[in-house]
Amino acid sequence: MQAVQANLDSLKYFCAEFSLVLGILAIILIDRLSQPERRKSLAAAVSLVTLGMALVAILWPRDGGALPLFNGMLAFDPFASFFKLFFVGVTGITVVFALNSSEIAERRVGEFHILLLSLTLGLFLLSSSRNLLMIYVAIEMVSLASYVLVGYKRRDRRSGEAALKYVVYGGAASGVMIYGMSLLYGLFGSLDLGAINQAWQQMVASGSVPKPALVVSIFFILAGLGYKIASVPFHMWCPDAYEGAPTPVTAFLSVGPKAAGFAVMIRFFYTIFVSAESLENGPNALVILGDLPWPAIIGIISVATMTLGNFSALNQTNVKRLLAYSSIAHAGYLLMGFTVVSMDGLRSVMLYLVIYLFMNLGAFLVVMAVRETTGGEEIDDFKGLGSRAPFAAIAMAIFLFSLTGLPPLAGFIGKFYIFAAVLQHGGYFYYLLALIGVINSAISLYYYARIARAMFLDQSPTTERLAVGRLTNGMLSLLALPILALGIYWEPLRTAVVDSLVLLTG
Amino acid sequence: MELQTTSTLLTWMIFTPIIGVGVILLYSAVSYLAGSKASDDFSRVIALVASAAPLVMGIKLWMDFDGATDQVQFVHHFVWIRSFNIEYFVGADGISVSMIILTVLISLIALVASMPWFGKVDDHHFSQKSPRGYLVLFLLLEAGMLGVFCALDFFLFYVFWEVMLLPMYFLIGIWGGPRKEYAAIKFFLYTLAGSVLMLLAMIAIYYNSQPTTLVDGTLVDHTFNLLKLQLENNFWTAAPVLGFRFAPLVWVMLFIGFAIKIPMFPFHTWLPDAHVEAPTPISVILAGVLLKMGTYGILRINFALLPEATKWAALGMAVFGVINIVYGAFVAMAQKDLKKLVAYSSISHMGFCLLGMAALTPQGISGAMFQMWSHGLVSPMLFLLVGVVYDRAHHRDIEGFGGLAQVVPEYTGITGLAFMASLGLPGLVGFVGEFTVFLGALQTFRVLTIISATGIIITAAYYLWTMQRMYLGKLNDKYSSLPDMFWRERFTLYPLAVMIIVFGFYPMPIFDLINTSLHQLVRSIIGA
Repeated sequence: MQAVQANLDSLKYFCAEFSLVLGILAIILIDRLSQPERRKSLAAAVSLVTLGMALVAILWPRDGGALPLFNGMLAFDPFASFFKLFFVGVTGITVVFALNSSEIAERRVGEFHILLLSLTLGLFLLSSSRNLLMIYVAIEMVSLASYVLVGYKRRDRRSGEAALKYVVYGGAASGVMIYGMSLLYGLFGSLDLGAINQAWQQMVASGSVPKPALVVSIFFILAGLGYKIASVPFHMWCPDAYEGAPTPVTAFLSVGPKAAGFAVMIRFFYTIFVSAESLENGPNALVILGDLPWPAIIGIISVATMTLGNFSALNQTNVKRLLAYSSIAHAGYLLMGFTVVSMDGLRSVMLYLVIYLFMNLGAFLVVMAVRETTGGEEIDDFKGLGSRAPFAAIAMAIFLFSLTGLPPLAGFIGKFYIFAAVLQHGGYFYYLLALIGVINSAISLYYYARIARAMFLDQSPTTERLAVGRLTNGMLSLLALPILALGIYWEPLRTAVVDSLVLLTG
Repeated sequence: MELQTTSTLLTWMIFTPIIGVGVILLYSAVSYLAGSKASDDFSRVIALVASAAPLVMGIKLWMDFDGATDQVQFVHHFVWIRSFNIEYFVGADGISVSMIILTVLISLIALVASMPWFGKVDDHHFSQKSPRGYLVLFLLLEAGMLGVFCALDFFLFYVFWEVMLLPMYFLIGIWGGPRKEYAAIKFFLYTLAGSVLMLLAMIAIYYNSQPTTLVDGTLVDHTFNLLKLQLENNFWTAAPVLGFRFAPLVWVMLFIGFAIKIPMFPFHTWLPDAHVEAPTPISVILAGVLLKMGTYGILRINFALLPEATKWAALGMAVFGVINIVYGAFVAMAQKDLKKLVAYSSISHMGFCLLGMAALTPQGISGAMFQMWSHGLVSPMLFLLVGVVYDRAHHRDIEGFGGLAQVVPEYTGITGLAFMASLGLPGLVGFVGEFTVFLGALQTFRVLTIISATGIIITAAYYLWTMQRMYLGKLNDKYSSLPDMFWRERFTLYPLAVMIIVFGFYPMPIFDLINTSLHQLVRSIIGA
C-alpha cells in the first residue's frame, strides 16, 4: 500500500514526461485527421508546443531538491533536470531543422515527429533512471527509436544499410551490457544504484572484494554506455549511421543520445563507486570507494577515442562522415573530464556538453542547408560557399573553429575547463592525458580547417548565389550567437552548471 | 597591493579597431537591407580611421608615460570571470609601451599599403578582392596584437594571443599568392601546436600559484595575474611533473610556444612559406609585429615568472640564437626569390634578439629589445619594397632583373637605405640593436658572440650581392619603362625611412622608454 502511495506521490514530478506522451498521442491523431499539405507545419507546431509544456514542467519551481520517484526507479534531482532541459533544447532545434529538410518526407512527417518525441522521452528517462533495469529499458527505448529514425529514408539504400548496422551493433552492445548488469545483480543482490552503493561500501569495509567479476561487469556495462556515446571500441556504427541518416536525425543523434549516455554514465559510476557523502557535500576531489581501476580504464578509452576519432577524420571527404568522426573525438575529450573524479571534472563535462550542443547542431544545420541547395555533402560541395552563401559560411566557420577550441569562441572555454580539471588533479596519468588531449585538439584543426578552406580559400566552379532560407539563417544566428557570447562571458552558464550538479544519493 | 584602474586608454586602444569592425559590418548590413551596393572606399576610410585612432592614442601613451618608474601604468583592472579568478587586467610598462607604439604604427602603414589609391593597381591585385572582408580581418588582427602587448592577466593574454590566429589564417589564405592554402594552414598548425602547449603551462602555473586577492579584495586560492605570479610566487620549488622539475618543464613548454612565433630554428619553416604567399601588408604585419610577440612573450612570461629556469636555459637559448643568426643568413644568401630572402633575413635578425636576451645582462636585453624595434622598422620596409617591385613586374626573381637603378632611381635609393639598415650600417637603426646585443652578449658568451658576428658579414654579402644583381649592371630591356614610386608607396616608405635614420643617430627615446622596466626584470633574474 505504501508503495502504491509512493508511486502516486511521484506522479506530480512526472509532468514533463506526461506532456511528451500527450504530444505523441496528439500527433498520431492530427496526422490521421489533417490534410497532407498542412501536416508538416502542424506536426512541427504540436511538437514545439509539447516541448514548451515540458519546458515549463521542468522549470516549474519546486522545493525538495533531490527525490527518488517510483520507489527509487527514477531520480528527480537538478542533475536530471539539467539534462532534460538540454534534451528539450536539442529536440526543439531538430524539429525546426526538419521543417526545411527535404529528406523528411511530407507524407510520413507525423511518423518522424512521433519517433523524435518518443526518443526524447527515452532520453528523459535515461537521464533520471537509477535502477539497472530502468537504465536498460531507457537505453533500449532510445535505441529502438533511433534505429527507425536512421532508416527513415526507406528508398535510400545507404539509409537502410546505416540502420541495419546500427541495429546489429546496438543489439550486441545492449546484450553485453545486460549481461554485465546481471553480474552486478549477482554480486550485490540489488538493481537499485543506491543499494548497490551501500552493499559495495560494506564489501570494501569488510575487505572481501570480488575484483575480477566486478571489473568484467564494468567492462560489459561500458560496452552499452560506450556505444551510446560512441567511444572506441564501440564507435564503428557511428560514421555509417551518421552518413546514412537524414541530416536532422544525424544532428540530433550526435548530441542528444551522446549527452544522455554521459548523464547515465555519470549517474552509474558516481552513485555506485563514489562515497555518497563526498558527492553530497564533499570537497572538490571525490572519494572513490575501493580500488577498482575504472577511472584508468575510462581514461585509456578516452585517449583511444579522441586519437582514433581525430586521425580518422583527417582523410574524410564527406562532411557528415567527418563530423561523425569529430563527434567521436569530442566524446574522447568529454571522457577526459569524466575520469578526473572531481566535482570540477563533472562540471567541465556538463559545461562542454552545453557548448557542444550549439556548435555541433550548428555545423549539421549548415551541412543540411548545403545539401538542400547544392544536393551534396562532400567537402567539394562546400567550395566557394564564402561567396555563394556568405552568412552560412561565416556561421559554419564559427562552429568549426569553436569545435577546434579557438578563443574567443565558446568551444575553447569548454576545453579549457576540461584541461584545467585534469591538470588540477595532477599525477602521471593525468598529465599525460592532458598532453595527449591538447595535441589531439591541435591535430583536429587540420580537418576543420579543410572545410573552412573549401568555403573561403578555394575557387568554386560557379559563383551563383545559394538560396538559403530565412528560417535557416535565423536558426544559424540563434546557434552562433551563444557561441560568441559564451566565449566572452560564460559566468552565468558556469553558475547554472554548478547549481545543477546535485545527484540523488543514498 | 592591488593595482586599481587608473585609465581606460589601453582598453579604448584595443577595442577601437573592433568598433571599426562593427561599423563596417553595420554599414554592409544596412546597405544590403537598403538594396544598394556597399561602397568599398567608404569602408576603407572607416578602417583607416579605426586604425589611425590607436596611433594617436599610442602617441598620447608615449607622452604620458613616466619612464622613470618601473611601475605598470595605464591600468584598467576588474574581475571578469569570478569563478575562475580571471580578471580583465591591462596595463603597460616600458616594454609594453614600446611594442604598442610599434604595433599601431606598423598597422597603420600596412593598412595604407592595402589601399588601391594613389597609384596604379591592376584587377588581380589583392586589394580588389572582397575588400570589406579583408578590412574586417585586418582590424581584428590589430586588436589581437594590441591586446597581447597590453594584457597583464595570463588568461587574457592567451585569449588575445589566439585571437590573431584566425584573421591571419584567412588573410594569408584568401588574399595570398599561388600556394596560399598550404602556407596558411602551415602557419595555423604550427602556431596552434605551440599555443596548446602554452595553454597547459598556463593552467599548471595557475594551479601552483599561491593564495592571493583579486582586484576587489576577494581572497582566492590561485591567480592568473601576471604581476602577482611574478612577485608573490616561486615556481622553482614546485612539485615535479612527470618526473621533470616543474619550472624547467613549464619554461620549455612556454618557450616552444613563443619560439614558434619568433620563429626559432627548428620551428622556423612556416615563416618563409607564409611570407612568400602573404600579400605585402600582411607580410609587413607578420614581420613587423607578429614575430615580436614571441620575444615579448618570453620576456613577459618566461623571464618574469620563471627567473631561475631562465638562468638554467640561458645557454640553450643563446645557442639557438646563434644558429638562427648564422643559418638564417646562409639560407638567405641561397635564395632566388627576393621575398624569401627577406624572410630568411628576418629569421637571422630575430636570432639577435634571442642571443641578447639569453645574455641576461642589462645591455644584452636592452639590445634585444631595441633589435625588436629596429627589425620592426626595417623588415616592414623591406617587404613593402618587395611589394613595389612585385606589383610592377609580377615576379620576384632576383636574377630576372638587372640595372633597375637606371629606370627607378628613387626606388633604388630607398631600397639601398633599407638594405644598409638591415645589414647594420652604423648610423642606421639596425646597427644600434646589433651592437648593443654584442656588447651585452660578449660578457656572457664569448665564443658564441664571435660566431654570431660572422652572421653580419654574411648578411652584408647577400644584401650587397642582391643589390648588384637587381639594381646595378646591365638593364634588362623588359623593364626599361618601369614607373618609379607612387604616392601610396611613398606614404608607407618615407615615414619608416625617416625613423630608421633618426633612431639610428639618436636611439635614446627608445632606450629611455624600456630601460627602467628592463633593469627591474634583469635584477630579478640575476638575483634569483
